[in-house]
Amino acid sequence: MDFRVSEDQTELAAGIRAMLSGRLPLEHVRLREGAEAAIDDADWLALGETGVFALTLPEPDGVGLGLADAVVVFEELGRALIPGPLVGTFLAASRGLTGGAAEGRVQVGVQTSSDAPHLIEHLGALDALLILADNHEGPTAQLLSPAPAPATATRMTEPLDPLTPLWLLDAIPAGEALSEIGFGLWRDGSLLTAALQLGHAAATLDLAVAYAKERHQFGKPIGSFQAIKHICADMLVRGEVARNAVQAAACLVDDEEVTNAEAAASGMTPEHLVRRAVMGAKLLADEAAIANARAAIQVHGGMGFTWEVPLHLHLKRSRVLATTFGTPGQLSAALAALT
Amino acid sequence: MDLRYTEAERSFRDELRTWLTDTLPSLPDAPSHEDWPARRAYDLHWQQLLFGAGYAGVDWPVEGGGRGSSPIEQLIFKEECERAGAPYVGVGFVGLLHAGPTIIAEGNAAQKERYLPPILRGEEVWCQGFSEPDAGSDLASLRTKAVRDGDQYVVTGSKIWTSHAEVADHCELLVRTGDDGHKGITWLIMPMDSPGIEIRPLRTIAGSTEFAELFLNEVRIPVTNRVGEENDGWRVTMVTLSFERGTGFVGELLESMRHLKALHQLAEHSGLLDDLGLQRRMGHLTAAFDALWALTKRNVSEAAVTGIPGIGGSVFKLSFTEQAQALGDLAMEVLDRAALTGDPLLAADGTPLVNEEQLAGWFKSISLTIAAGTSQVQRNIVAERILGLPKVR
Repeated sequence: MDFRVSEDQTELAAGIRAMLSGRLPLEHVRLREGAEAAIDDADWLALGETGVFALTLPEPDGVGLGLADAVVVFEELGRALIPGPLVGTFLAASRGLTGGAAEGRVQVGVQTSSDAPHLIEHLGALDALLILADNHEGPTAQLLSPAPAPATATRMTEPLDPLTPLWLLDAIPAGEALSEIGFGLWRDGSLLTAALQLGHAAATLDLAVAYAKERHQFGKPIGSFQAIKHICADMLVRGEVARNAVQAAACLVDDEEVTNAEAAASGMTPEHLVRRAVMGAKLLADEAAIANARAAIQVHGGMGFTWEVPLHLHLKRSRVLATTFGTPGQLSAALAALT
Repeated sequence: MDLRYTEAERSFRDELRTWLTDTLPSLPDAPSHEDWPARRAYDLHWQQLLFGAGYAGVDWPVEGGGRGSSPIEQLIFKEECERAGAPYVGVGFVGLLHAGPTIIAEGNAAQKERYLPPILRGEEVWCQGFSEPDAGSDLASLRTKAVRDGDQYVVTGSKIWTSHAEVADHCELLVRTGDDGHKGITWLIMPMDSPGIEIRPLRTIAGSTEFAELFLNEVRIPVTNRVGEENDGWRVTMVTLSFERGTGFVGELLESMRHLKALHQLAEHSGLLDDLGLQRRMGHLTAAFDALWALTKRNVSEAAVTGIPGIGGSVFKLSFTEQAQALGDLAMEVLDRAALTGDPLLAADGTPLVNEEQLAGWFKSISLTIAAGTSQVQRNIVAERILGLPKVR
């Protein structure tokens, strides 16, 4: 057993981070705040060319890596606040559901809430929409291709996240049923969403620590005060615990032998074991992202409440992500049944 | 990231599991909690069995007489022992986990020969004389004084939180031989039958008496019992911390998971689990303990390569201790009035409520954010050493 992040994975993350800071730095991403399309086609194509959507797609079409590698990459996408339907496009690419998804030529959304009001993210730019539901019979999936026309929906003028445009649909039309792969889509989508949350938790920790070192009050850096230190330490702890949960769950997905062995040892079925690991990971990642963003705003004092400082973007995106693939409340209640 | 055990790790687990299955039924009944001589005998008997089977000191290096197992095997050892319901290290705690490793690293040849084998063979018990009434989190301010008199040190002062002192043969003792602060401290081996030692049991909020206060009045300790140089005791003490391989709380974590499962069943039977709030708290603890189990695997993986668990050690302690307290509070609620007594009680359907075990867990959880570095000190360490925040007080 060696559960460390491997050298290859560290390099992969560093490579993605370098690409993003060169091609999609925050000041560039923020230019599209409030726009109808949160990311332009050329930038989406650049993400596709980097292989972001095709990480687990087998070679030669894809990169041929595992989900444990994909969550490392998606953490970087979250950290950099990259907008757009990242998870849906990845899922479509990984199963070859929509031509062009792997290359970043199309955008595929994912809708995991079947309750009204039906708010659809990024609808104006979507080529297709995956509809996933996790009910008592287990996860089910449908593909709507093409996606509902934006003309049939109402665009929201006040979306919570200025980089996640929203449309309101009266009803979600039925799509083509994807039998057999519902569980896998739900599982991978949950972990990739959780990985984005890890990135938000890490970014807000970094911002808080940097600010605590440079901001002086009472003649000292505020980071020298234990009241601030303890907030930052708790942020690190939340992020690290959640990261281990996400990465361990991804390893289970990648390695059936480990899953079967652990299931046998714990008396659970392999599917129960994976469900429990995935839901727990998403729950902890949601909480870490939201709590860390809130804590970072507190450490920044008044500046944290300004539009200029990007903390609110992390907080708002975390809230958006926490409403997909199960809210923390739904996940924790569902986990009780798997205790 | 690879969670797959190697062939060697799997056979280590299989052999251990077989041995535990064969051996545990032969153990006598565990003695009562407060009968310390009986507990000493019971715990040492278990250690003798481990020694006979080659499992004494799995975490000790071979040159110290241990098995020299990898951190992964140490994890497997603790996991299997907990799952099989094997006895805890008990009174052997200080010798096996602290004093022994210190002597391996810093003792001279004569000290190693004299003190290490009896620890591994389950013949001698150690206690720890580090904390003082006025030196807790700020351990380096300790004041118990040792004055050199020929080939002896004459030691006067008091120690607190000394576990198993009443049944210990030796005490690892930190004394002040020089200036204030870290640089005037010396590490001594104090025979517990020395004249001038008064032991006063300290009763915890759980009613238990595993801790004691030591009052030392001109206790004479041979200079040959000094480990390391005079005034170098702080460094000697810190060296032992590097023996930590990230498995420190494995037993406690697995025990917490077991308690949570028992509480879940109890709440299901009683109908309390219909409460959505309770469901969420249980689900949350399930997620947290699973995550901490993953973090444990990361920490031992790190230790297997670098020798230390990295940042994960502090992260684990801060998180686990809080989750354990949340579990303890949950237990009190689920047990309801059955939590008002430590006497074994039965549910309406006649099944044991295991209220005495849950109650003990609740008490223990309260100590976890205090013992071995309070959570506040841990947060300072995380903030300063990992996050690089300035160390100004």
